[in-house]
This record gives sequence, structure tokens and C-alpha cells, in this order.
Amino acid sequence: MSTDKLNQNNFSKGTDFAVILLYFIMVAIGILCIFMVEYNPSANWSSSFITGKNNYSKQIYFAIFCAFVGIFILLMDSKVFTALANILYGGGILLMIATFVIGKNINGSKSWIPIAGGFNLQPAEICKIFTALILAKFISRPETDFTKLKNHLIAGAMIALPAILSIAQHEMGLALVYSAFIFAMYREGLPPAILIVLLSFAVLVIATLLLEPTVLAIILTAIAVLFIASMVKRFKKNRNSILIVLSIWAICFGTVRFAVPYIFNNVFECYQSTRIYSMVGKEYDCSANKKSASPSGKSHGKKPDDYNVKQSKIAIGSGGFSGRGFLKGTQTRGKYVPEQHTDFIFTSLGEAFGFIGTAIFLGLYLFFLFRLIRIAERQRSTFSRVYAYSVVGIFFFHIAVNISMTIGLFPVVGIPLPLISYGGSSLLTFTVLVFILLRLDADRQMVLR
Amino acid sequence: MALYNSNRGGIIQIIIGVIFLILIGQLINIQIFSTKYTLAADNNAIYRKIIYPDRGIIYDHKKRALLENTISYDLVVIPNEAKGVDTTTLCEILKISKEEYVKRMIEVIVKNSRVKAGVFEPFLSTELYAQLTENLYRFPGFSLTERSIRSYPYNTAAHVLGYVAEVDVNFLQKHGEEGYEMGDYAGMTGLEKQYEEVLMGQRGVKRFLRDNKGKIQGAFEKGQFDTLAIAGRNLYTGMDVEVQQLAEKLLTNKVGSAVVINPKTGSIIAMASSPGYNPNLLTGSQRRKTIGRLLLDTARPIYNRAIKGQYPPGSTFKPMGALIALDEGLITPSYGYNCFGSYGACGDPRKCEHHNAGHAANLQLALANSCNSYFLQVFRMAIDNPKYHNAKLGYLKWKEYVNSFGLGRKLGIDLPSENKASIPDTARYNKDFGNPKFWNSCYMLTLGIGQDRMTATPLQLANAMALIANEGYYYTPHFVDSVEEEDENDKQILAKYRTKQEVTKISSDIFKIIKEGMHDVTVYGTAAFIKVPGHEYCAKTGTAQNPHGKNHSLFVCFAPKDNPKVAVAVVVENAGFGATWAGPIGGLLMEKYLNDTLTPESKLKADNLSKVDLLPQAIKDWYVRNNKSSYMAPIEYNNDELGDVWDMEMLPGEAIPKIKKADSPLTKVDTAKPTAPVTPPAPPAQPKPNKESHVPQKPKKKKAKTIDNVNRQA
Repeated sequence: MSTDKLNQNNFSKGTDFAVILLYFIMVAIGILCIFMVEYNPSANWSSSFITGKNNYSKQIYFAIFCAFVGIFILLMDSKVFTALANILYGGGILLMIATFVIGKNINGSKSWIPIAGGFNLQPAEICKIFTALILAKFISRPETDFTKLKNHLIAGAMIALPAILSIAQHEMGLALVYSAFIFAMYREGLPPAILIVLLSFAVLVIATLLLEPTVLAIILTAIAVLFIASMVKRFKKNRNSILIVLSIWAICFGTVRFAVPYIFNNVFECYQSTRIYSMVGKEYDCSANKKSASPSGKSHGKKPDDYNVKQSKIAIGSGGFSGRGFLKGTQTRGKYVPEQHTDFIFTSLGEAFGFIGTAIFLGLYLFFLFRLIRIAERQRSTFSRVYAYSVVGIFFFHIAVNISMTIGLFPVVGIPLPLISYGGSSLLTFTVLVFILLRLDADRQMVLR
Repeated sequence: MALYNSNRGGIIQIIIGVIFLILIGQLINIQIFSTKYTLAADNNAIYRKIIYPDRGIIYDHKKRALLENTISYDLVVIPNEAKGVDTTTLCEILKISKEEYVKRMIEVIVKNSRVKAGVFEPFLSTELYAQLTENLYRFPGFSLTERSIRSYPYNTAAHVLGYVAEVDVNFLQKHGEEGYEMGDYAGMTGLEKQYEEVLMGQRGVKRFLRDNKGKIQGAFEKGQFDTLAIAGRNLYTGMDVEVQQLAEKLLTNKVGSAVVINPKTGSIIAMASSPGYNPNLLTGSQRRKTIGRLLLDTARPIYNRAIKGQYPPGSTFKPMGALIALDEGLITPSYGYNCFGSYGACGDPRKCEHHNAGHAANLQLALANSCNSYFLQVFRMAIDNPKYHNAKLGYLKWKEYVNSFGLGRKLGIDLPSENKASIPDTARYNKDFGNPKFWNSCYMLTLGIGQDRMTATPLQLANAMALIANEGYYYTPHFVDSVEEEDENDKQILAKYRTKQEVTKISSDIFKIIKEGMHDVTVYGTAAFIKVPGHEYCAKTGTAQNPHGKNHSLFVCFAPKDNPKVAVAVVVENAGFGATWAGPIGGLLMEKYLNDTLTPESKLKADNLSKVDLLPQAIKDWYVRNNKSSYMAPIEYNNDELGDVWDMEMLPGEAIPKIKKADSPLTKVDTAKPTAPVTPPAPPAQPKPNKESHVPQKPKKKKAKTIDNVNRQA
């Protein structure tokens, strides 16, 4: 920051050290949280940090590796990213397709490619970076006028391709993350009307879950009638607008009556539908689900579906205001929360440090995100700004969805908490995302194409 | 272009900020405002193990333990770990079938889940324990755990001591705040129940951390919240094991009860109720087999007749009747009644056993000869006392006296469910005879000789003897003299047993006359043939009519005459004359207590007495009818071999009361008003056409129906 003009050849020139500091704090908190989850008072934990056998010691090795990757990225030329964006995206998509062939099944989703040393790579995870890059590249083209619907659709397709592949790999969570690019698109000129339409659509879907179909149909009809009645004069001038209102009504009605049930019964897995229904406090009848009709064999003897959320809320709630104290969380020690070292890592923090801990933690995240937005806004180059907003979107989406699902505000989808959750792929992805941004930011005076 | 949309960065920041606020809001909600999650977390992860202290021990006055604690072993199993079990061998050892094995395993899983230890076979016998320890390596997942159970080294005083049993839902509801949990044991009857708080001690709690599979991870917070178990405190009673055993022995093969009290302190020396049972049969593995049989036996062995049995006191009430008249100043000791063998002042003449002139020339003589006429007259004088204007008020005064002697009300003994028996209320007589203005002493005449609707428990009778022995006061009868390490609370509870209850203002001179009269009973009166070697004693026999068959045989006494140390009441149901059966039992009990031993002759007498079979015919008939002849075998009190007799199950019958007309010198009384007072030990009898002159009375229709049902099922 202040070292700008001191040394032209030093890679630290222009690098935002606040972000790097936050990055390391987050990773350290993550390792600590994983340690809390795995801690066993009877074993000698101090030496097991370096054995590489426990998840926390593995995470340390991941972190060291990621640090090297980060330094490597900072030493690269920022033009590389614009130059390679297309190739990387294409390669990423190919890798995802290849996963269907050579993929390995972990936790019911065939989205992993085994690489050397017992480590597995999840292409869908890496593809987020590539998508961010190609989106940035596409929008920053001089010939792209991002006020045009055509370009919106092209950008949407770029994002949707890996998302659809993720769904095909049963990675609903990862697919949802791609919706985070809406931030970047919105910043670059996506009309707010689209956001409003999407938001209304979401409200409609939730209303479909909550209300009886007939009640909702009556409400929709009533709204349409009121709308037409209140604007009779204008409609007299323009007959077509009545048609527009009627077709909107028809679309809404179709969504309620056919699209939503179809998606819940035919696209989502039974457990996903159940989770979504349980969020609004309703029960989903799995017998209506076509997908669950195929022999899965997993349903037998499973714990009730809201078990995770229940246990997660208990763990976080039992932390109270000031928490039970480091390593004193009974729920964490008793392993009551499933997947606590990965998707539900927030619970160990919530139990040990209570509301004070979680509030400070969220504050750190918020500071981190605002810092990234500040970086984004100071870019001269559109490529860097689009990329920066993509990173902000991805981080924000991960944080919001992950924490929401641990405290029961969102259905459980397998989305890790950035930089905190255990997992090499996830840590590497976020590291690369952040450090590419830092690299681009260091060259913010340049105009990249 | 960047400038064109630059305000949108701010909007994005606002969106992010709002979402974070929502997250913080939900965190405030579940972390600060909801307490349920903390509770749920503790339920999840903290396993509270209750450490049971040893229950207190109950001692007799010579510090002999009436009951103590012994270790029993349970075979427990953790179903999840029970893999590769040699089921054939296990089933052979436990003598169960493979199906039974599977059934029990499922029961354990249902009760305690797969990962927790559940009881597979409780209360192992020593042989089983030995066999299982040898072979335990063949049964992975199975282990043997200790548990403390009661044992009764003297096989005695079952009714007094009571038993402990697993608490049920009802119990938990009643004692919600006392920290009992499902599976706990608590005193259910007798002293075990009455002194539960003292005997139980204080349970300790150890907290462990357990994981999501229920496995223990170690002490919670290094045990800093754990509490230690404090052993239950011992009870020191005034009982005497040997007298108690003798009382039970003498009542073998009879239905009845005996109570021995120390009048100087109110401590109960012995309290027996027959038929009884060996208390060891209600602990450990025998319990399941025994309890059903005990509950179903028509002779009701589990029922403590000493405090619940209601018997017409008959002639044993006469000294009390005299006391009332004396205290009221209606008679003097020299008052006499000219009896010629019957009392005719109320119309129908009431018979008296004696005809010779002058047998009731004064109070002493009347008592010694047990003159019915004399005491009927005295009773009438009390009721028609001009001081109280009418018979109702006179009766109320009389009742007040009788209640103050401890009859017709609960004495407050330290045993649960004491019965107050009955001194009828005026309301009863109003109902029977209409307006109190129209009834008089003649209507309930035989109350004066302990009949009519008057009933008393053996405990009340023994206490009345203590009152006379002490010449005007008694101590509330009780078992527990002191509690180990008595605290203020205990002192408060025991205070009422340490307070003198003064009830009359009669001078001791007058009491001496009553005593002389009762002494004469033992010299030339009805109990003349009963002797207590080395001691002069006072007594009164009673032969009480009752609606159940032969007369009840009653005997009350105290000894030595001049410095009474023991007061006794004995009732033998449907046995005949008081002097014949209850008398000798009372004599032997006094002898045993006063001399600490029995003379060889007395011993022989005791042996013979214990062999006499006086079970009412109705009970025997019931046994025969229900194929339970094995029940007739007396319960061996000093036998270590327990149990072959006890494996039957049956359904209870109901008694149809009957009267034997011929036996009764006072036939009129009962037949005039056949509505019998509530009587306790109802020997069941089917009203079958009988050659004997049994008059079936008022069969209760509902109950009769159940009998029919039972028979049909059988």
C-alpha cells in the first residue's frame, strides 16, 4: 500500500497486506476449529500436529502448500490471467466432463478426481476460478456492451454450464455457488429489473411451499384483477399491457401448479426436497419423488433429516453469550454434529466462544468482504473489477449459505466455510481466488484486456 | 462505464450488510435468548451416573441387625458388543431357550438402546454366578455387575420392616422433586417406607461426557460438579428379634396377630401378623415369583393385621368401660350389680357366663368374672348420664373417652397405612334408629362389652393395656427409638414418640383396683391356668363374636403386675375362647420377654401351640377349591431353603361372611343387626349349600360375579 514506489521489482509492491493478514488469520482460525473438533485429551496432541494423520495437521500442510501457491501467484505476470482465461475455462469444463468417467465417489457425489498421494481434486471447485476469469474476460472485452440482453445471456450461459455439470454430479451446493456471479453482473450493468424479477420468483416459490395451491391461485388472481382494475385508464390506451399482465399471471400460475412440483419431484433428490420443505416447517412426501424411486439403498436406518441442523443449532445455541471455552464444548467433544470439521465447522466456534466469538468472527468476514469490495472499486481495469466482484460474490455466498444452514436459516447444502472448513480443494480454490485478485490489484494502474 | 454503475458497489455492500445482520440476529436468537439449546446440549452430552449409597440398617434393641445389605450380581449385556456369543452354552447355564435369549436381547435393546448396558438376568444365584464367571470369556459383551439388595438374617418381621422395590410411574409422580429416577429402588411398605428419607441416604452424582454413540469419554469438567454419595443412616428400634420370632412361630397355622409393647416407652417389642412370609422371599430373584402369590392368597399374608386388622374387642374392652364410669364418677370401685346370669333391663335378656350370686358384687369381682351384665349396666349409666341430658350427648362423651384411650383413631405409629378401626359415630346410629331423641343406651347396648359396631386393631388393644399398666398415660407406640446421627428433622419426627400422653384424671388407686381385677383374672378367673414363671401379671380374655365364623380369640395382658414392663395383645381369628388360644400365646410372649428365655415346659408348650392348625375352614376350602393346597403349608421362618412352595399364581376370591349361630352366647346382638362392621381378614367362602347351620349374609353381588368369572376361566 504505502510501499508503492519503493521497489519496482519487489512482488510486494502494491499488494494489499490487510487482505493477506485477514487471509492468514482466517486460515489459523480454521485450523484451530478443526483442532477443537478432533481434539482428544487422551492422545498427545502437541506432537500429532506434525504427523499429518489428523485432519488439523493435514490442514496445516494444505495451508503451507497454499501459501506457496499464493506466493507463486503473486510472482506471476497479471497478464497471464487475461491471456489464459479462455483456455483455463475450457480445460476446467473438460475436466468436469472427464470426472464422469474417471471420477471417484466420495460422500455420494461423483465429482472427485484422485490425484497423487491419496489426495482428491474436485474440478467443480476449481472451475469457480476459471468461470470468474472468463466472465471477467468476456465483460471486459471492448466490444461487449453489457447493457444488452444478448450479452447477459452469453454471460449467463458461461456461468450456467459448470453449474449444470455440478448438478449432474449431485453437487447441488456447488451449483448454487455459481449464482454468486450475479453480483459481478449486477455491478457491470445487469438491469435491477432482472434482480427484482428473480426475487419475486423466489418469493413465489417459497409461497408455493407455504400455501395451499388453491389459496395461492386465488391470491394470484386477486392481485392480477386488482392490478388491472387500478389501472383501467392506462389499459384502455394500451391493450397490449393487459396481455402482459395476463401472461405474467399465467406464468406465475404455471410455476405454482406445475413447475415447482415438477422440480421438487423430478429434479431434486428426495432428501433435498425434504430439507427445503423442512426449512419452511413442512413435511415433504417422498413417495411423490420420482428420483427416490430408483434404488438408492441409503434411506434405510438413516437418522432423521433435520438431525444435522438440530444438532448444529444445539451446539451453537449451547455456547450462549460467552461460550463454553476453548476445547470445552461438550457437543464438539461428543461428536454430536455430523461433518463438523467440514461443512459444520462454524458450530465448534459457536459452542466454544459463544455469541462474542461468532459476532467477532462474522465481523472479520464482513471486514474482509468490504475490503475486497474496496479493492474492486479501485480497479481501473474492468477485467480486474469483474473478477474482484466475482470473488466477493463467491466468498459472500459461501459464508452466508454455510452459516445460514448451521443456524437453521437455509436448507443443508454441502457448502464449505471459506478458509475455515477442512479440505484441501476448498482451501486451495479460495487461496487462488484471493491471490489472483491480489496480483491483479497490485497492477491496478494497468489496464488489462 | 465504471462510473456509470459506481453506485452499485454501495448497493452490494448494503445487501451484504443486511444479510450479515440477519445472521447476527439469528445468532442472538439461538445463543442468547434461547435456553433450550443449552439444556438439549446437556441432555446430549452429559451422562449423569447416580451413585447409590448403602441403605441404612435396622437394628433391634440388642443391636442385632433385623435387615442388612448384601451384594447380588446381575448379568448385563451391551447388545452392540454381543457378537460371537456362545449362545448354546449361555442358554444352558441360564436354562433358557434360544427364543427366550433373542426375546430378552430385544427387550434390552428397547429399554436401553444398543450401546448401553442393560440387565439380561437379574439377581444371579451363587452357582449361576460361579458358572458365568468361569465362562464369561465365551460371551463377549456380557458382564456381571454388583447391586446391593436387602437381606434379613433372622427371616423375621416382614410386615414391620416392609420391602424395597423399583419405583413405578405413580411413585415418580408423587415424589417428583425428590430426585428419584426410573429404575431406582425405594421403600414401599413398613419401616422402609416410613423412614425412606433416613434410610436412603443421599445419592451421589457423577457426570461423564459421552459421545453421539453413548460411549463415555471421561469425567465431565474433571469431576468438579460431582457429588459424593452419603450412606443411609441406621435405625435403632426397640424390637426384640427373639420375641418377634417366637410371636411369629406361635401364630403359625393361625390367622391373627400379636403385639408386644414396652409400656414404659411405647416401644414395640414385637409385632406379628399371621399368615406372614419370609422377608427374604421378597428380595432378589425370588421376588418376582413370590409377590404374585402373596398378593393373590386369600389369607392375605402381606396384610399387617396388627395395624390393619379390625376385631371386635369383646370382653377385653371391659376394663376401659369401667375406667370411663369411674372417671365420670358414675360408679365407685365398690359398685356392684346383682347379676343372675342375664341382663334384662333392655327387653331381651343378654346372657352372662356366671349365675352365682355376688359374682359382680364390686368392680374387682366383676372384672375377674367378666360379668357381662355388670359392664352392660355400666355402659348404660355412661350413655344415659343425666349430666348430658340425652343419650346422644352421653354417647358423644363416652366416645370421646374411648378415643382418648386410643381406640377408634389412628395412634400414629411409625408405619404407613395404620387403620383407625371403628368406634361408631352417632351419625351411624341416627341413620339406623332415626332421630337421636328416640334412641337410647339400649339400642347399642353391647358396645359396653366390646361388640356391636366397635372394632379395634391389636395395636390399639396393646396400647390400651399400656395405658392401664402405666395407670393413666401411654407413649405413642413406635418402633424406632433413635436414628443414627439424629438431626433436628429426625428429632422433630421422633418427638411425638417421646411425649407422654396423659388421658384420664383417675387416681392411681382406682387403676390399682382395675389392675387387681385383671390380676384376679389370672389367679382364679378365665386365665387362671396361664402362668408366667416368676411374675405376677394382669390380663383380660376376650371371646368376640364376629360375622365370619367361630368367635375370635383375644387376650390382652401386661406384666409384671406391680411394675409393668410389657403389655401384650393377641388375636387369633375364628379360634374360639380367648383363654384357650390367644391366652397361652400372650403368656409365652411375656415370659420370653421378661425372662429372656422359656422354661423347658414352656418351650414344649410353644412347639405344640405352633403346630395347632386353626386356619379358618373357609380359607382351607378356598385352597382346596382353587387347587392351592400347597398354600396351607406354614411358612418356615427359620428355614434357609427358600421357595418351592411359592411358584403358584391364582386369582383372589372374595369372602361371603357367615355366622355360626349356635356358638354365641349373645346371638341376639348380631342377628338383630346383621350389617357387619367392616372386617379385615375376609376368609373367602363360596356360599355352597351346607349341612352346617351357616347363614350366608348379604353376598355382595358384584364380587360374587367375579368369582363366577374366575371359575369359568379356570
